[in-house]
Amino acid sequence: MAEFRRFSGSDRYIADEGLIAAVNAAIVLERPLLLKGEPGTGKTMLAQAMADALKMPLLTWHVKSTTKAVEGLYTYDVVQRLNDSRFGDHDVSDIRRYIKFGPLGRALQSEEQVVILIDEADKADIEFPNDLLRELDEMKFFVPELDETFVAKKRPLVVITSNAEKELPDAFLRRCVFHYIEFPDKLRLQTIVKVHYPDIDGQLVASAMERFFRLRNIDGIRKKPSTSEFLDWLAVLSRAGVAPKDIAGAMPFVGVLVKQEQDLDLVSRQRPT
Amino acid sequence: MFDAFLYNLREQGLKVGMSEWLRFLQALQKGLATNLDDLYPLARAVLVHTEAHYDLYDVAFLATFKGIAADPKLVKDFEAWLQKLQEMDPERPPGEWNFENFEDMMEALRKTLEAQQGQHHGGNRWVGTGGTSPWGTGGRANQGVQLGDSGGGRSGVRLADSRRWQNYRTDQTLGVRDFKVALRALRKLAKDGEEMLDLDGTIDKTAKNAGEIDLVFGKEKKNRVHLVLLMDSGGSMTPNAELVSRLFTAAKETKTFKTFEHYFFHNAIYQYLYTDFENWEREKTSDVLNRLTDRHRLIFVGDASMAPWELFTKASGIGQAAPSGLDWFTAFKRKCPASVWLNPDPERWWNHPTVSAIGNVMPMHRLTLDGLRDAIRYLKAPT
Repeated sequence: MAEFRRFSGSDRYIADEGLIAAVNAAIVLERPLLLKGEPGTGKTMLAQAMADALKMPLLTWHVKSTTKAVEGLYTYDVVQRLNDSRFGDHDVSDIRRYIKFGPLGRALQSEEQVVILIDEADKADIEFPNDLLRELDEMKFFVPELDETFVAKKRPLVVITSNAEKELPDAFLRRCVFHYIEFPDKLRLQTIVKVHYPDIDGQLVASAMERFFRLRNIDGIRKKPSTSEFLDWLAVLSRAGVAPKDIAGAMPFVGVLVKQEQDLDLVSRQRPT
Repeated sequence: MFDAFLYNLREQGLKVGMSEWLRFLQALQKGLATNLDDLYPLARAVLVHTEAHYDLYDVAFLATFKGIAADPKLVKDFEAWLQKLQEMDPERPPGEWNFENFEDMMEALRKTLEAQQGQHHGGNRWVGTGGTSPWGTGGRANQGVQLGDSGGGRSGVRLADSRRWQNYRTDQTLGVRDFKVALRALRKLAKDGEEMLDLDGTIDKTAKNAGEIDLVFGKEKKNRVHLVLLMDSGGSMTPNAELVSRLFTAAKETKTFKTFEHYFFHNAIYQYLYTDFENWEREKTSDVLNRLTDRHRLIFVGDASMAPWELFTKASGIGQAAPSGLDWFTAFKRKCPASVWLNPDPERWWNHPTVSAIGNVMPMHRLTLDGLRDAIRYLKAPT
């Protein structure tokens, strides 16, 4: 059996067995790993953890609503070239000067194996993932302006995150290894807290966690607070020196966790009087 | 064995294609799963592409492996077999892989499986919450994984058996989370516009400008979708109020529509539509109708079931005949061909005179994620 570098989480990132299985499957099968899950469950951080654990550089491509697939590979700055051509003080005959490679383009040219994170791929146009199919399948891309094809020397590990804003096309999904990151249960959240704040008061964590899960379970809450918000809240509580017993009833610094007005109303109504 | 798994997956409606299946076998061949516990997340990662299908996967996984899990000997055989897989020649297609005594093992598995299925229907729970999984939680520990809850471990079958993903199925009525997704499906109606450099235009203009660069940008495409949400409120809709209000919020917060309007009615539409029931703010239905164009997309939400007279009677003011509820619905549909009805009630309740009458006027879909998608598909290209 061929050796491969297994991923098993890192000391800063706690992964559950399902996620680890998915990551390793993606590595072995040389397929993009597609991650979905509630915001704040660590989708983006996983790529960093993978890069750290496997000792590879990380390239990140943040996708926006206006992002086009080709921009991840390269952009041709025609306006700059046009501008430079005006005064004749630049050499505009070399088109290479005006080709700028995007994160995916750089990943495919890298001498060493890299992790490439395509973050929030669902934000872009509905056709965006389809436009990347060939490049991700064959790990090469063609630049018509240069009449040149770039082929990956070391197949990068591709991590794609999605918030399910738009649905991704079937053809794209079929090529990916998929994992849905669940919100951590109490035990796992405890471990995550330990990793981030090793010295925090256990009593404080316990009562904060109790309150936090009660908050998440409020019927009708629109934006459930996430792990990262919980960690922020803990930091605030700890720094402000809030005593564990003061968390149970009223919620100090509730604004760290709850940001929508309707949710704040709900929470305040839940409070025991 | 694995063919049975594939068959069970497909039986559940998971469209597992050949390439994914081969990829799965390839993963086994590379030793990514050495026991049933590993198999559960691995197969799911490779074969399932959305959390909406996780529950179907659980059902298929149980149907295939629950029988094995119950018998320690079969578990051993199975693990030995997984081990064997790794010795197979990866260059040859899986169909040609040979196993010693493979047939015997399959036969034994099949028999146990059948027996177990019988037992299972008898309600005899032999895997699960008792915490006596017949197979250990090994495999995980030797990967050196740091796990917060590794104490108990979660075996694959037990995980599948807990059916934790039921709430993520899209064929069920929308819950909190599903509504967020629904909002996005609605946005498919909207074509995002963006500003683009008009290269030809720029060159023309620059040339005319004697070489002084003058950039020309293309006009942003405007989203021309007008969305109108008309909601039945009160009475038999009260149990669905929360659901409808989520849809309403979702639509309201989707800012990409050119315009968004909403109205309330009770059971059927009469002379007035209400923008706010509590404050009695209302508008004449005929005024609303006159203002709408064929570019408006209308979504009616309601259970459509009421006393027949509420829909069919020509409601009369003093001494004059007025349109019936059904007349109004028909008028809206005529003015705005892109109109659909979303019904929170399950289809089996639709066999009701007022429901079918409205269903004849405009397409009716269930107020679920799948139903909403169908409705939106219709709104994009009404026939």
